[in-house]
Amino acid sequence: MGIIDDNKRQLPVAGNSAPTFLTTKVDFVVNWARRNSLWPMPFGTACCAIEMMASAASNFDLARFGMERMSFSPRQADVLICAGRVPYKLAPVLRRTWDQMMQPKWCISMGACASSGGVFDTYSMVQGIDTIVPVDVYVPGCPPRPEGLIYGLMMIQEKIRNEALADGSLRKEDPEGAGKPEANSSEVRALTGVFGNSTQQEKVSSLAQTARPGRFKDLLG
Amino acid sequence: MTEQLTAIFGSAIVGSEVQCGDQEVLFVEPAQSREILEWLKDNEEHSYDLLLDVTAVDYGSVPGVQVVYQLWSIIHKKLLRIKCSLPENRLKIRTVVDLWSCANWLEREVFDLFGVDFVGHPDLRRILMPKNYSEGHPLRKTFPLRGKFSREKQTKIALEQDYEDYYRPEQLGALGIEPVNDAD
Repeated sequence: MGIIDDNKRQLPVAGNSAPTFLTTKVDFVVNWARRNSLWPMPFGTACCAIEMMASAASNFDLARFGMERMSFSPRQADVLICAGRVPYKLAPVLRRTWDQMMQPKWCISMGACASSGGVFDTYSMVQGIDTIVPVDVYVPGCPPRPEGLIYGLMMIQEKIRNEALADGSLRKEDPEGAGKPEANSSEVRALTGVFGNSTQQEKVSSLAQTARPGRFKDLLG
Repeated sequence: MTEQLTAIFGSAIVGSEVQCGDQEVLFVEPAQSREILEWLKDNEEHSYDLLLDVTAVDYGSVPGVQVVYQLWSIIHKKLLRIKCSLPENRLKIRTVVDLWSCANWLEREVFDLFGVDFVGHPDLRRILMPKNYSEGHPLRKTFPLRGKFSREKQTKIALEQDYEDYYRPEQLGALGIEPVNDAD
């Protein structure tokens, strides 16, 4: 190999002009390249997107970790960052954006609303984007600080680092599933049930039930 | 002005009051709301020529919906609010799109969220909720907060939307362009 200069002369490589090479595992090289060049597809719909922009700006500077630029085309993106609440009207758009991204691809659900619907337990809001697309990392917060998002992206990097070409169990690639919802009916029911399914309006959150205080007299025994 | 209107429209003027300090509110019967609004717009003495808002309220205590028109007179710098109570079983009122074209989308919004039928509206479709939304009109007090369907059914219906419909300019029938009939 060696280095060729503008005048087609071969320059000596430091210490040794003979062809040099090094051996490594394919997994290591592939994963190293993938995890250090993750381009995010920003799907910002609400206040979380402001924190996502702050993460990309100079103070926090996502580019340090290989998220060199926000890819505003899903065709050139590796990570879908869904930042903000997703109404049902937007659900097919989110699904289409995910389907348009090239394999391999990952997804971050940023903030409470994207992860669970948040406070918007209403008729118009998707109760967690994991019912629409597969999610790798959930970043909690309302909204999460940029450090939180960066930590989430570094968790994806960690996930990629442990991938192996021979073992596909860490990342589901399902081209046949394009356009179909991620969760089936029973999964959607299970995911949203804890927040009170709409067919059972009288049912409140399980948290609210456990937190109900007893009467003062009962507490005294 | 109330006396003037009562002299012309009689019992169609239900009453008037001043709310929030200086907001004149006029209660009218839905059957003649359009004539009254037209008169207020064209009468030179009042000339309420700008329609600021068309909205609706469901108070819950009384079954039905109250349609609200907010008018502004550019010349006289006066505000006027017209309220029109519609009974539960007859949510119909005549459109004012031909008086103020800005009422087009505002009336669509009231139709979408409250289910008020604006008779004579050129393009009465949903504007905020998805096109295939079939749970009803969500801002009514009788509408359950989380919708009428289960979450799984809502998710399924949402993913069945043909979202490209929303952005096809030829489907904007209000512009006077012939809608394209899909052969699907």
